[in-house]
Amino acid sequence: MDLESRKVLEMGYGGAERLTMNMGPQHPSSHGVFRAILTLEGETVVAVDAVIGYLHRCHEKLGESLTYTQYPSIASKTDYVAAMTSELAYVRAAEIIGKIDVPKRAQYLRVVAAELQRIASHCLWLGTWCLDMGGALGGGATVFLYCIREREDVLDLFEALTGARLLYGLHQVGGVRYDIPSEWAKKCRATMDKIDGRISEFEEMLESNAFFLARTVGIGVASRELAQEVGISGPLLRGSGVNYDIRRAEPYSSYEDFDFKVPVEDAGDCFARYRVRMVEFRESIKIVRQALDGLPAGPISSRPGVKSVGQVRIPKGEAYARVEGARGEVGCYLIADGSAKPYRMKWRGASFSNLALLPHIIPGHKVADVVAIMGSVDPVFGEVDR
Amino acid sequence: MLSAIYFFVVGFIVLNAIIGMVTYVTLLERKFAARMQSRIGPYRVGPHGLLQPIADALKLMMKEDVVPRTADRAVYNLAPIVFLLPCMLIFATLPFAPGLGVADLNIGILFFLAVSAMEIVGLFMGGWGSNNKYALLSVMRAVNQIISYDLPFVFVALVPVLLTGSLKLSDIAAAQPDLLHWFIFYPVLGQLAFLAYIVTTLAAENRVPFDILEAESELIAGFRVEYSGMKFALIQLGEYAHVIGTSFLGALLFLGAWGGPGPAWLGPLWFLLKAMFVFLLVTWIRWSFVRIRVDQILAISWKLLLPFSLLLLMATAVVVAW
Repeated sequence: MDLESRKVLEMGYGGAERLTMNMGPQHPSSHGVFRAILTLEGETVVAVDAVIGYLHRCHEKLGESLTYTQYPSIASKTDYVAAMTSELAYVRAAEIIGKIDVPKRAQYLRVVAAELQRIASHCLWLGTWCLDMGGALGGGATVFLYCIREREDVLDLFEALTGARLLYGLHQVGGVRYDIPSEWAKKCRATMDKIDGRISEFEEMLESNAFFLARTVGIGVASRELAQEVGISGPLLRGSGVNYDIRRAEPYSSYEDFDFKVPVEDAGDCFARYRVRMVEFRESIKIVRQALDGLPAGPISSRPGVKSVGQVRIPKGEAYARVEGARGEVGCYLIADGSAKPYRMKWRGASFSNLALLPHIIPGHKVADVVAIMGSVDPVFGEVDR
Repeated sequence: MLSAIYFFVVGFIVLNAIIGMVTYVTLLERKFAARMQSRIGPYRVGPHGLLQPIADALKLMMKEDVVPRTADRAVYNLAPIVFLLPCMLIFATLPFAPGLGVADLNIGILFFLAVSAMEIVGLFMGGWGSNNKYALLSVMRAVNQIISYDLPFVFVALVPVLLTGSLKLSDIAAAQPDLLHWFIFYPVLGQLAFLAYIVTTLAAENRVPFDILEAESELIAGFRVEYSGMKFALIQLGEYAHVIGTSFLGALLFLGAWGGPGPAWLGPLWFLLKAMFVFLLVTWIRWSFVRIRVDQILAISWKLLLPFSLLLLMATAVVVAW
């Protein structure tokens, strides 16, 4: 925050001439339908009110009315940019209650899917973030198109695996629904090698660009204390210097078998969040390679031959399952009553919690920084509103 | 009487040539950007998308002309014309070959710079008349930016003037008879001035990284957010005319204008090619940088470009006097 902005902030409400400006819900950079009511003093944002709920689709109610076999394919619609992780959270919650074992091969396939999803999601994040800062008619669009190109490759892999490109329905209670086709592992490795090289290209392109640094370094600083107080998770939390990753803190789905780094940056600004995600790209690629190398043989589900939608019954009980999604902790709380449908379901969306950071870090910045900060938080409004 | 008719005819030809050029320069930019971003660009309308600009123009003409209820109607409707006028007028003094041009004033470059700075009036009218907060913020930024960048722009453009000793554009072109005498090859001063010219041009044309007044990710479309149809087309036309005008000026000031191999009648073609080179240079920068913030733009102008261009001008004066 520069000196002038600090002065403006200290004046508080009722300063000279204030302008209230609506950003959203229909706005080119709102990443979905998000409304930010900005109070401006000249170009400086004095206050920001976040209004959400424009994309509410009753997901938790849907979860109560669909069976354990049906819902995973709907779960992917909460966070449609990283569909694999919410599926995984849902089936894990059901598996914990029912004490259902998942075969090792299925666990590894879940890891491959989750990490590929992280790569695809981060690709979209980098592209849209640069689009926010650079404009659809400028350098940002160039980065965006490059990133979309890499994401397409990952989506091609998903298409070969599940038949779908956006909402997959790969996971089921007890394992995964599809085994990898022949030659898929080879194709996947080739794609990983390609993306590995491209990430270096992005880093070179962006980090040597003085204008990119001017827009990101020192912008939207969230201190370690603030980050923990607000309850953010994922790359944002690690960008603020907290070494916390559910894959490491509470390994699930055989994450303990893999060797990977958890990147941590202390600065807490947009650039730190960018760095964390860039390292995560590489670590995800590393995990995918390891999982493909060590992929055990065997069945892909402990409940093969599920024929009808009501066949899976989970005994009475409740559980909270969490996974490390691309945006942070994705959690699913399930209460089962012994029938084929859960009695109650609750989502913990990573974007929802991360969004709570905005009113703390935006005031004092310029209007242009609002979109840069929003982009660095990487919210997906399907997950916020559910 | 005869001279009036002559000027009318020449003016009519130049004006239409500019409009035709603007439409096709947009295609050139789109194709160029597409290549940078590893895509194909417009391809469907006509062979290699060659009819795309015409389709775009037709589309804009057929769009509904929406005027916001709360807009200041008179100002709002007048703004595109006031904006377009100076953007077209800059071509009035531009010679395209020896003796080929509307009016070769003896203060040609001064006229060019003065008129091109006037576009801010139309911009401000558009932003104010729309009665839209995004548009208002956008023109607030625009006024800041154009005032900050016109000074270094003028200083840099004066470097070739000092080297030539004349404000007449055709004299400046004549002072660069061959490749070795192009002002861009003038030791040290020429290269620095050309560099500064490109940067200030970007700012004067409001292109990324200095396009804060359009800034579609924050301000949607800036001052033209409420414009549609033909009014939008006029603004777009004005913007591109300004871009082409400054590209021509850059080619004239630094790249030897119409000088080139071959017979003299090839001159205008060489001039066009050089102008397009300057245009593509600017486009190249545009499609590889992210936008910078308004305070950073002003800081670059006042703390870096203004002293730099002033020093450059003084150094040139010393060299010329010496």
